[in-house]
Amino acid sequence: MKLYCLSGHPTLPCNVLKFKSTTIMLDCGLDTTAALYFLPLPLVHSPRLSKLPGWVSKDGAVNLEKELKECSGRVFVDSQPEFCLPEKELLDLSTIDVILISNYHCMMALPYITEHTGFTGTVYATEPTLQIGRLLMEELVTFMERVPKAQAATCWKNKEIQRLLPGPLKDAVDVWSWRKCYSVQEVNSALSKVQLVGYSQKVELFGAVQVTPLSSGYSLGSSNWIIQSHYEKVSYVSGSSLLTTHPQPMEQSSLKNSDVLILTGLTQIPTANPDGMLGEFCSNLAMTIRAGGNVLVPCYSSGVIYDLLECLYQFMDSANLGSTPFYFISPVANSSLEFSQIFAEWLCQNKQSKVYLPEPPFPHAELIQTNKLKHYPSIHGDFSSEFRQPCVVFTGHPSLRFGDVVHFMELWGKSSLNTIIFTEPDFSYLDALAPYQPLAMKCVYCPIDTRLNFHQVSKLLKDIQPLHVVCPEPYTQPPPAQPHRSDLMLELQPPPMAYRRCSVLGLPFRRRYERIHLLPELARSLVPSEIKAGVSVATVSAVLQSKDNKHVLQPVPKPAPVPPSKKRKRVTEEPPEVLNPKPLLSGAVPLEPFLAMLHKVQHTLSLRPNQSAQSACR
Amino acid sequence: MPDIKVTPLGAGQDVGRSCILVSIGGKNIMLDCGMHMGYNDDRRFPDFSYITQNGRLTEFLDCVIISHFHLDHCGALPYMSEMVGYDGPIYMTHPTKAICPILLEDFRKITVDKKGETNFFTSQMIKDCMKKVVPLNLHQTVQVDEELEIKAYYAGHVLGAAMVQIKVGSESVVYTGDYNMTPDRHLGAAWIDKCRPDLLISESTYATTIRDSKRCRERDFLKKVHETVERGGKVLIPVFALGRAQELCILLETFWERMNLKAPIYFSTGLTEKANHYYKLFITWTNQKIRKTFVQRNMFEFKHIKAFDRSYADNPGPMVVFATPGMLHAGQSLLIFKKWAGNEKNMVIMPGYCVQGTVGHKILNGQKKLEMEGRATLDVKLQVEYMSFSAHADAKGIMQLIRMAEPRNMLLVHGEAKKMEFLKDKIEQEFSISCYMPANGETTSIVTNPSVPVDISLNLLKREMALGGPLPDAKRPRTMHGTLIMKDNSLRLVSPEQALKELGLSEHQLRFTCRVQLHDPHSDNDTLGRIYTHLKSVLKTYSIQHVPDGTVIVESIVIKVTSSAEEPNLKVILLSWSYQTADSTATKKKKIQL
Repeated sequence: MKLYCLSGHPTLPCNVLKFKSTTIMLDCGLDTTAALYFLPLPLVHSPRLSKLPGWVSKDGAVNLEKELKECSGRVFVDSQPEFCLPEKELLDLSTIDVILISNYHCMMALPYITEHTGFTGTVYATEPTLQIGRLLMEELVTFMERVPKAQAATCWKNKEIQRLLPGPLKDAVDVWSWRKCYSVQEVNSALSKVQLVGYSQKVELFGAVQVTPLSSGYSLGSSNWIIQSHYEKVSYVSGSSLLTTHPQPMEQSSLKNSDVLILTGLTQIPTANPDGMLGEFCSNLAMTIRAGGNVLVPCYSSGVIYDLLECLYQFMDSANLGSTPFYFISPVANSSLEFSQIFAEWLCQNKQSKVYLPEPPFPHAELIQTNKLKHYPSIHGDFSSEFRQPCVVFTGHPSLRFGDVVHFMELWGKSSLNTIIFTEPDFSYLDALAPYQPLAMKCVYCPIDTRLNFHQVSKLLKDIQPLHVVCPEPYTQPPPAQPHRSDLMLELQPPPMAYRRCSVLGLPFRRRYERIHLLPELARSLVPSEIKAGVSVATVSAVLQSKDNKHVLQPVPKPAPVPPSKKRKRVTEEPPEVLNPKPLLSGAVPLEPFLAMLHKVQHTLSLRPNQSAQSACR
Repeated sequence: MPDIKVTPLGAGQDVGRSCILVSIGGKNIMLDCGMHMGYNDDRRFPDFSYITQNGRLTEFLDCVIISHFHLDHCGALPYMSEMVGYDGPIYMTHPTKAICPILLEDFRKITVDKKGETNFFTSQMIKDCMKKVVPLNLHQTVQVDEELEIKAYYAGHVLGAAMVQIKVGSESVVYTGDYNMTPDRHLGAAWIDKCRPDLLISESTYATTIRDSKRCRERDFLKKVHETVERGGKVLIPVFALGRAQELCILLETFWERMNLKAPIYFSTGLTEKANHYYKLFITWTNQKIRKTFVQRNMFEFKHIKAFDRSYADNPGPMVVFATPGMLHAGQSLLIFKKWAGNEKNMVIMPGYCVQGTVGHKILNGQKKLEMEGRATLDVKLQVEYMSFSAHADAKGIMQLIRMAEPRNMLLVHGEAKKMEFLKDKIEQEFSISCYMPANGETTSIVTNPSVPVDISLNLLKREMALGGPLPDAKRPRTMHGTLIMKDNSLRLVSPEQALKELGLSEHQLRFTCRVQLHDPHSDNDTLGRIYTHLKSVLKTYSIQHVPDGTVIVESIVIKVTSSAEEPNLKVILLSWSYQTADSTATKKKKIQL
């Protein structure tokens, strides 16, 4: 059993597990942080961004004016933003049988894997994961295609040239594997390969392996996976949460007795407490609005935004800000809000019980009804005429490189009345803001990451007791910025097996047994004898049949009675070699009775060898 | 012999009060717990005294499963759990869990408040009963206890309807509840995988019907409604609040829009809006098309269909009214029917099955005078139309499901005996499987033949698979030898050597020897040499060795030659073979003889 690690990113994993002749890909996350090296894509012509000076090396030897621009003291690539894909060279991706998706954030690289590698397998995901994943992909595509770039910059990727570039571009890794965004056609084709599964559904793969998704508590439809045969069990834990937010709580007990537990997707901000962050979010928001400023919240179109809206729904009235409008701007804003209301089965208990009334599970339905929350597909159209200030705007993309958020940065960045509040933990906010510097607007960093922290995970591991733990390398050491915080790492006995991009791990497994079925006729014919107290033994002679990785033992067929031969020349067929099961020859031989028995049968015994002897001599 | 026992307490050769007891692998399961619309006395509920004469049912049942929210499938639930007494788990899907208590409350109101019955379950009992419900998701494997697992499949029929697979070890039963094999305007078609259950328990409401295409029926329906409205008549469509009603609403809504009709359409009872809301929230349970477009246009927001008020029934002019309940046995639909029955311009369209004893059933059978409560009689002058819109599988659909699931046995419930008989013959003929149709209280026992799961050592299996070659040879089956070790409830099959090692036993050597005397003038060595060449020529496929110390070895058989000192020509051939190869030795001997 082997694990091929195609991504080193701890929260955007992509691993391939080879287990009992099946090849299973676990997630395919897309690392969008590569977009931070690119210039923002403005939705409305920006005089500032269009007049940036091109970059020429100091000695003038390298001239990349067209590709690289200097902006706010940094050099950015002037091209459509690209993303870092999972490693494609480590193994032949066309051999992958199935892809298991744990949540919608971890499937964004799917089209790259399913469309251009010869992949012919099946993708398994829950319905919310598929639907919301589709929305996020479509949103990404729209963001890119709305503002097409005439040409793609590639010269800077040349190793000789990249070496000469200023940091951080100089230090970007694997730049040749970066790809620009996929198309809608590729998204549709990739998602057509998805087969829907429900929590605790047992899915058989080729009769050899069974996979089961379990609720992971992180987002709508998010799951951990159990991959098991009758004797071996691998748990794949990816993006789990023990906090009570909107999704169904995490299922833990089924993870017990794992031989190997692959652990990914822990919180990216282990030092921040989500509840505290939420409080800070609200108070900063209130402060800005009271002072007459606007609040910009760059966020993904699904996930924490539901909780933020619910929190604000309660907070705004109590803070006497009930009349402040909320705007949610995204090509998929409407769909995301609508979809969130129809997945009752995937929600936590108290949201579920609302549906029985019947009421929509999320209060944003009421916010929309009372016109407090308005959603628009983009800043163009109705929004521009309807919007009032001061207001709160939720919009993407959190990298600040594309999407409607770029426009708001240009619009509001110059006023110190306004505030930008970062809630998504995926991007360093300083890097995200780099091309907009100098900024007058206030920046508040309230990352809300509900995934497991190190304290929770060590308690969880203590409860479920896996024999071995596999995790990304960063989890085995304290964060680089806080080298003394040994509490922010995994300390386990035996120590976890760490992986990084391109690692191939042999998993410590010894398979000893396989499941086989005795047909009832065979089972009935067995004669067990008790060897010791509680231990019985029976010898079995049977015919093995293996089909679709299922094994069955049948009784040995009785030789068909040879029909009275009409054709004399026919060679007589050999009967099957052995018919009768042989008892084990063991245990004490009671000598006296044995001798007595010998005496008894001696007479009959002595005859047969003579007969055969005579015939043998002929 | 292990067997599965099935006893219907209701729905055995009958439609109504579905309640089927199944015993499988030592577990007892109650499938559905319905009421009978045709009775107002004790016969209304299943006879739970069959399970136990006195006391509660909890210790006799491992779980109760409700397939969908129709009262003939869940109407007796509060009676069973709260009045007879059952505290174990009750499984149903989310939509069923949401809607079922509303219908039960409705049912209770009609029975207690309107008809004044006492000794009936109360609102509190419905609430207490619902607390025992565990929601079930589609395809989720729910472990009721260590051995018993259940899994729900989509059944169409109504929102949230499910078929359930019940599994204990390798034995399994599938119960369909009510299902529909053709997608309709708001629901998808039932689906199940090839799970090969030992027994498939199927409804058979339309056992003998093969219905014409849906489109024709819809066109017919619209034509009749349209004609009646055009000539100023009123159309009454008795429906159950949830299910067919939504499909017909979608149908009329689109028709009204297309034809630009102005006659009002009403939907009776306050349940409507609520009902439609359920459909909006459980949109994942509807069909593909509705699910795909719900963000742009929610099919359950109707423009032309408005809430009904009792006073509207006397309004002049045409109108269409959907009213509950569907079989005209009580409530608003019966009230409106009484008002409109005297006018031949009006029409009642029965879109579903009507249970015997209900007004619906009577008028469908052409009865023109109805006896009402008291001594009054009612003349039925309005037109009575029947449109089969109830979403049950027809004969074709039932056969299709059998093909999907490939059961080993079949059992029919929820249908009329005569029709069942016909379908039973057809199933037995076409699939050559046994088909049963027990009456209420009658037990059917099905013998299962489960195979025994055993852990085989991977070494043994791999060795055997390597020896057996990639393809099994039907003519020359290979026999595999192993030892089955039974210890602490575990069954392990290992090679005999490993078994001995593991059990700490040493193996005895048992050899058979025999001496053969023959006359041969040659020297000992020459005799042995001759035997060697002879054997070589006869036993071509065996490895034969001539060892210099004066022995010939054919696999495990050892052959030696000695001669006595007195008679040098009399050679004694010593043959020795081990016990393990006794049989093959015999074969070899035979070969030598040849």
